Amino acid sequence: MKKPFFAPKPTFFALILIVFSGIFSPVFASNEAGHETEPFNASEVILHHVMDDHQWHFADWFVMPLPVIVYSSEKGLDVFSSSRFYDEHHNAVEYNGYKLDHNHITLADSGKAVLDLSITKNVAMLFINAALLLFVFTSVAKGFKKNQGKAPTGMQSFFEPVILFVRDEIVKPNIGHQYERFMPYMLTLFFFILFGNLLGLLPGAGNLTGNIAVTMTLAVFTFLITNFNGNKGYWGHIFWTPGVPLPLRIVILPVEIIGIFTKPFSLMIRLFVAITAGHIVLLSLICLAFIFGSYMVGIGSSLIVLFINLIELLVAGIQAYVFTMFSSMYIGMAVADHSHDH
Amino acid sequence: MDLLTPGPGLIIWQAFIFLLLIFLLAKLAWKPILGSLKEREQSIQQALDSAEQAKKEMASLKADNENLLREAREERDKILKTAREAANRLHDQAQSDAKKNADKIIEDARSVIQTEKNAALRDVKAQVAAFSLEVAEKLIKKNLADDKAQKDLADSYIKELKLN
Repeated sequence: MKKPFFAPKPTFFALILIVFSGIFSPVFASNEAGHETEPFNASEVILHHVMDDHQWHFADWFVMPLPVIVYSSEKGLDVFSSSRFYDEHHNAVEYNGYKLDHNHITLADSGKAVLDLSITKNVAMLFINAALLLFVFTSVAKGFKKNQGKAPTGMQSFFEPVILFVRDEIVKPNIGHQYERFMPYMLTLFFFILFGNLLGLLPGAGNLTGNIAVTMTLAVFTFLITNFNGNKGYWGHIFWTPGVPLPLRIVILPVEIIGIFTKPFSLMIRLFVAITAGHIVLLSLICLAFIFGSYMVGIGSSLIVLFINLIELLVAGIQAYVFTMFSSMYIGMAVADHSHDH
Repeated sequence: MDLLTPGPGLIIWQAFIFLLLIFLLAKLAWKPILGSLKEREQSIQQALDSAEQAKKEMASLKADNENLLREAREERDKILKTAREAANRLHDQAQSDAKKNADKIIEDARSVIQTEKNAALRDVKAQVAAFSLEVAEKLIKKNLADDKAQKDLADSYIKELKLN
């Protein structure tokens, strides 16, 4: 019999180990920056870590340049390495008429912004996340095929309860009997956010699910699915709320219409804030060591960071759950049978 | 604030990759996984149902067995009862037959005795008649000589006869 290559327990501990060892990598990275003459700017370091970038900054001595893909009506499509924006002394330079300024690529002469489709750090993270999801879940599917009518093994037995949890605890109760239609979206959403959150906790990783562009896109997907699936009852409740006196209906109408948009907006903000705030807290605690320039503070803050990291692991799961649950709820409201009277 | 401004590039990539992910995962992962899960759940449900069914069948089988047993017992009792009755009847019959036979034998014996007795009586009567004739002859003979003597003689003979 083939030995399952994915034993959940060791992997879980390995994950924790990696996360904890990650505490120190930013310390070392920033430590070297501290040698320079300029004073230590904590907020700059922190924002640099939580924001997108055109290069992948693992450490000061290891910066991976990423491909830049830009399009402008003036110059057409251009693809080049982001290392072109720096000379050998790490000074920002213009390249081919493009200028990189605070992560925004503009045309050097007119200062006009271009459409930036670069493989940034977060796009690279997105690829990694997608590849990991594809790898993991095709393996799980293979397990199901292999163990037809038998007990699950390996990776399959690790993810099966999670998939069942999403199905039976999140999607089914919130959407109702039509839940099967939305299962592929919900499962993809849940595991995309979960894996993204966990990957984001790895040292040197990009803050994918804590990026507002990513959360916005996910929220827009839920928004579109909700409203395209909205039945007569759903729109009836919005435009002509039943069981409410006529004058009140006029008042309720704008509230309901705003409600259509606040729902995905809350989804977007919640995930973005939860993940980004977690990263900022972690980085702030680490920065304390450099602000005070003391080893003792470093040890103390590292202990707190250790604790916060555990909380972040929890938050990673909770946020994936919450996003999926609220998405299910909104979709559930849109497809519910409103046969009951108010 | 850059942190709060969604970058159009990332939005485009995210939308594209996420759509691709939904499509690929739905085809390669979710469909087989959810299908297998459903299948397994159904097979478990089926197994449970059939176990329940088997239990019910067992119960009805047991009831049937008990019915059969009871019927068999009743049948046995009935057979025993008839057998006993038949035996009794045979016994009575045999008894009455024997009695009849015995009666007949006794009757026969009695009639034989009667016949024998009649024959014996008849014999005695004949002898008495012969004796009477003899006495009468002797009387007549004596009567010729003496009346008195005749009379005595007759008396003595009669006495003799009586002694006989």
